[in-house]
Amino acid sequence: MGPSGSGKSSLLNILGLLDTPTRGTYRLGGTDTSTLSESRRAALRGREIGFVFQAFHLLPHRTAQENVELAMVYRRTPRRVRRAKAAEVLARVGLAHRAHALPTHLSGGERQRVAVARALVAQPALLLCDEPTGNLDSETAASVLDLLEGLHRDGMTVLVITHDPQVAARGRRVLTIRDGVLDETVPEAVTPW
Amino acid sequence: MVNRRRVPGRAAPGSRLALRDLLSEAVAGVVQRPARSVLTSLGTVLGVGSFIAVLGLTGTAAAQIDTRFNRLTVTEVTVEDTGGQDADRVPLSFPRDADRRMDRVHGVTAAGVYWKVRLAPGTAIRSSPVAAPDGAVSRTPVVAASPGLLDAAAPHFTQGRAFDAFHDTHDQRVAVIGSATAARLGITTLRTQPAIFIGDTPFTVIGVFDDVRRKPDLLLDVIVPRTPAERIWGPPQDERAKMLISTRLGAAPQVASQAALALRPDHPDYLRAVPPPDPKALRHAVGGDLGQLFLLLAVVCLFIGAVGIANTTLVAVMERVGEIGLRRALGARARHITWQFLTESAALGLLGGIAGTSLGTAVVVGVCLHNEWTPVLDPLTLGAAPVLGLATGLLAGLYPSWRASCVQPVEALRR
Repeated sequence: MGPSGSGKSSLLNILGLLDTPTRGTYRLGGTDTSTLSESRRAALRGREIGFVFQAFHLLPHRTAQENVELAMVYRRTPRRVRRAKAAEVLARVGLAHRAHALPTHLSGGERQRVAVARALVAQPALLLCDEPTGNLDSETAASVLDLLEGLHRDGMTVLVITHDPQVAARGRRVLTIRDGVLDETVPEAVTPW
Repeated sequence: MVNRRRVPGRAAPGSRLALRDLLSEAVAGVVQRPARSVLTSLGTVLGVGSFIAVLGLTGTAAAQIDTRFNRLTVTEVTVEDTGGQDADRVPLSFPRDADRRMDRVHGVTAAGVYWKVRLAPGTAIRSSPVAAPDGAVSRTPVVAASPGLLDAAAPHFTQGRAFDAFHDTHDQRVAVIGSATAARLGITTLRTQPAIFIGDTPFTVIGVFDDVRRKPDLLLDVIVPRTPAERIWGPPQDERAKMLISTRLGAAPQVASQAALALRPDHPDYLRAVPPPDPKALRHAVGGDLGQLFLLLAVVCLFIGAVGIANTTLVAVMERVGEIGLRRALGARARHITWQFLTESAALGLLGGIAGTSLGTAVVVGVCLHNEWTPVLDPLTLGAAPVLGLATGLLAGLYPSWRASCVQPVEALRR
């Protein structure tokens, strides 16, 4: 966690292979990613990392199911498999009944669940969540965090970036970034769970 | 979960995009914003539409000219009296029985010799023996013609009749005039057997016509039989005589090749037959003349259409920066983004091309329906038009899709 402007986003971009570090190396699953070509990193990104964004970034004219399927388009998953997997993952985040709804007809919490489902469907090694509850009220936020917690319990590495101590408090391990310096000392306000 | 590769490596397969997925993503991009897609492709619709309409209408018009051409011009042969090397000594190469000689040629329906008579200067044509200040029509040309000319030109008589072989062989001084000339001479009825005076020679008017099928300049002439004309004014002097031959459909070229020999077997070189022009050459000429300007207009329309697509696609790229970032985050490579936007604009262009083709065809058919023409459209044009739209869209999408591929996912996802 960290306040705005502290370097959270830069860290997220580097961790998510969206950006390359100016110095140093980033090893993901044992591979030094800073030497990979852009296309390799794109492939790696699609396969190993799932993103959940504050702004959801769902395609407005596609149903929840189609939005989830989109994550498999760039992996050449056969269509039938895509459909089955998307339905399966949507059921896992508790949205089986809204699979064919458009994002505009979904609540904020439901939209974020669709986004989580989309991140999950590619079976990533790492789930990167950038302020996943930033646009949600506290009750909905809690339910989304419950979902993430459940995923973690099932063995997924979940990395949540937030400036909200309440959200940070639910993490297993809390890192603080301030003025670009990463630190594992936990501030007073946050008591790990 | 079973085959899951936890350890990424260099050997890992790059992200790929199947053609079918590329197409369905592009089509989705077009279909999901129908109003915008329609407006975007409007320029292409108009460009391709006018392209089709121009080609269709010029083709149709050329075909129309052809049919008119077939009916009259293609059945018309003119034989000119050149006189050959003896032009100075032989003022008139057509024999006296020229009409009958040509009638015997297969395929000829009528044939007649004519020439413009040279009158002495100041010779007036009057409707009374004494010069009246108002009745003189001095500039009216007088044409000497064998009876066959009237058959070939086929005038439509409002009163009276044409002169025939009898008048000619018996040296009858009769005349046939156009209705306009009749009106100027003050001749309203033939019941009183009016005469006109060419110089001081009276000719009885036996026919007034208001239309001819061939040689429309006859409408302004006074036509007199060949024999009295030759007797009074002599053989042709300024312009040499000509012969007008009307033939059956398709016989004109052959008649033209035989005419000189049939008329003057002793001196075929005195005469030169002019067959009708080749209808195919004529069609090309017409199509070329009319089409070019309008094709230029179509190109301008198409260019505007391309600018429209480029503009809207560029705006769409700006608007969909988030989507682009997301796709990149999901593993799309920059070139996948390029392809997607390029395919989208190409699909818009193709859509516009198809709509434009339909519109253009409808316009051509509508115009033809209104004018009772037969629409003529080259199937090649119809096939090429949507491709033209596709190419326009593809060209217009180059820059926007390049811009889309330059979008940095980092910034895009921050929005």
